[in-house]
Amino acid sequence: MSLLEWSIAILVMAGALFVLLGSFALIKLPDFYTRLHGPTKATTLGLGSLVLASMLFFNFVQQQLSLQQFLIALFLFISAPVTAYMLIKVALHQKLVPMLNTRHQDLMKQRDNLAKGNDLPTVEKLADSD
Amino acid sequence: MLNQIVLVAMLVIGFALLLNLWALLRGPSMPDRLLALDTMYINSIALLLCYGIYSVSNLHFEAALLVAMLGFVSTVAVCKFMLRGDIIE
Repeated sequence: MSLLEWSIAILVMAGALFVLLGSFALIKLPDFYTRLHGPTKATTLGLGSLVLASMLFFNFVQQQLSLQQFLIALFLFISAPVTAYMLIKVALHQKLVPMLNTRHQDLMKQRDNLAKGNDLPTVEKLADSD
Repeated sequence: MLNQIVLVAMLVIGFALLLNLWALLRGPSMPDRLLALDTMYINSIALLLCYGIYSVSNLHFEAALLVAMLGFVSTVAVCKFMLRGDIIE
């Protein structure tokens, strides 16, 4: 195997392992907000390296111009953050419970208070409650 | 040699798809299941790319592009439905 084929093989294996890592994170991590990290980052990276491998293979080993892979990579790199944004919005809308040691959980309580029609606690109210 | 390596990569991605199926069936809430479904779409695109290298044909990339678009649009549609109770208002 030439150097080019070795680099293609390494890229393919790295891509497959990163895709597996993303799926493993999906079943391993404790709550939705952490679970979202796996598919949006690891899987996108794995797919990027797979696309790079197939571009190298078709353009240099097979000597034929093919640009569809570039189109796939472009579309996925644009659509993955949008999907993640929509999913996190749904999760916040459905008030999914984050894991216990998530920081700034008081902000979520404040938001729920606002949604119930209560005002934000002002400085005077906070001083009264003390 | 490259063919065997691509076959192993396809096995690994197939295992990842099985893990996604497990997450899809288990996922305690609706967004979890939707995330698992979206990941299944992306993994099937990866599988199609590997199969394109394996069988040296350009034909599968158009299928992969279609799967990518359908996955994105369907995920956004289901998200919209869960947010507003309606897709097109």
